[in-house]
Amino acid sequence: MTLQEIIDQLGLKVLTDVKDFSQIIPTGGYASDLLSCVIAGAPRQGVWVTLQAHMNIVAVAALLDLSAVIITEGARPEPRVISKANEEGITLLASEQPTFQVVGRLWELGLKNGG
Amino acid sequence: MGANRLIKGETGLERFPEVAVKEVELKRELDTYVADLHIHTVLSPCANVEMIPPLIVQTALEKGINLIAITDHNASANVSAVQKAAARASLTVLPGMELQTREEVHLLCLFDTPEQLAAWQAMVDARLPDLENDVEFFGEQFVVNETGEFIRREHRLLSVSVDFSLREAVTEVTRLGGIVIPAHIDRQAYSLVANLGLLPTDVSFEALEISRFTSPAEAYRRFPQIGQIPLIQNGDAHSLDELLGTTIFRLAFPSVAELRLALLNAGNRSFFVQSG
Repeated sequence: MTLQEIIDQLGLKVLTDVKDFSQIIPTGGYASDLLSCVIAGAPRQGVWVTLQAHMNIVAVAALLDLSAVIITEGARPEPRVISKANEEGITLLASEQPTFQVVGRLWELGLKNGG
Repeated sequence: MGANRLIKGETGLERFPEVAVKEVELKRELDTYVADLHIHTVLSPCANVEMIPPLIVQTALEKGINLIAITDHNASANVSAVQKAAARASLTVLPGMELQTREEVHLLCLFDTPEQLAAWQAMVDARLPDLENDVEFFGEQFVVNETGEFIRREHRLLSVSVDFSLREAVTEVTRLGGIVIPAHIDRQAYSLVANLGLLPTDVSFEALEISRFTSPAEAYRRFPQIGQIPLIQNGDAHSLDELLGTTIFRLAFPSVAELRLALLNAGNRSFFVQSG
């Protein structure tokens, strides 16, 4: 499943620069709001679902080479976070849904590898 | 005694930082301050009922502590009561708060004057979610006087994140003349290191706090991401037996400016953490 399909199926808003998301195939997923856990547990090239919108999500995503970060419950990163993500080539996506719903939809779509 | 004058605002010097600095320069001799800068009162729902001003003061004195900060969760209504209870004791009480930011990171916010704290509290109040405290679940939140007598209940839930980002909080507290020290970075919850993994690069800290459960050497080893940032240790006391007094400062006055100097080991000021 491509990142483009995920964006379409979940109705995600793309906060960062548009890329050819149909060429990006996430390896799995991870959900946590404790960044220390994400660093330890998220699969490389996976998608990370969180409601944290702090600058450090970009650093963690870059560290793990994540396909995308899905920011839930309508939390919005500051503009400087978005520009930093663009600098680092990180994709930030936003959902109004809570993490539980987002993860449930990803699971239904077949993204079941938890790293 | 100059120290107490400065803290208690009788000279008004705190409004004129440049005068205060001169005063500090004049006073060359330093005093030793045995400190615990993270103490809760009965205003914090998780604190024991014994955490009332006279008992906090008495316990601090018994433990040889002469510098404390009162840091309730997102609140400060009991600070002045503890200061009054300590008025005739050789104990300085810094006005403070333990803020919970949007990222669920706990920050010690320490000030010199009641005016600075009041200005900060007003900003926090404006961004504290309007939720009712569930006493059964979280515990009582009491505002008391200097003898520990009940004045009122705080009805707003205090155990909650205030809608300030970490960076905004540091910016505003610093602008008001206070200092921000991220709390208990070795804990697995409500900690800068646990919640944000790496140290944020958009703010800098003059010190980080470790809990009673570790030592500076162990914390530097476990958390290489904190680099060389000075570490202080506090009790995070929710009960009287948790007052710690393991961080020792050498200061001319017990003030935020002097703490800053000590954390930098500047101007002869210094600090160290006593091993337990």
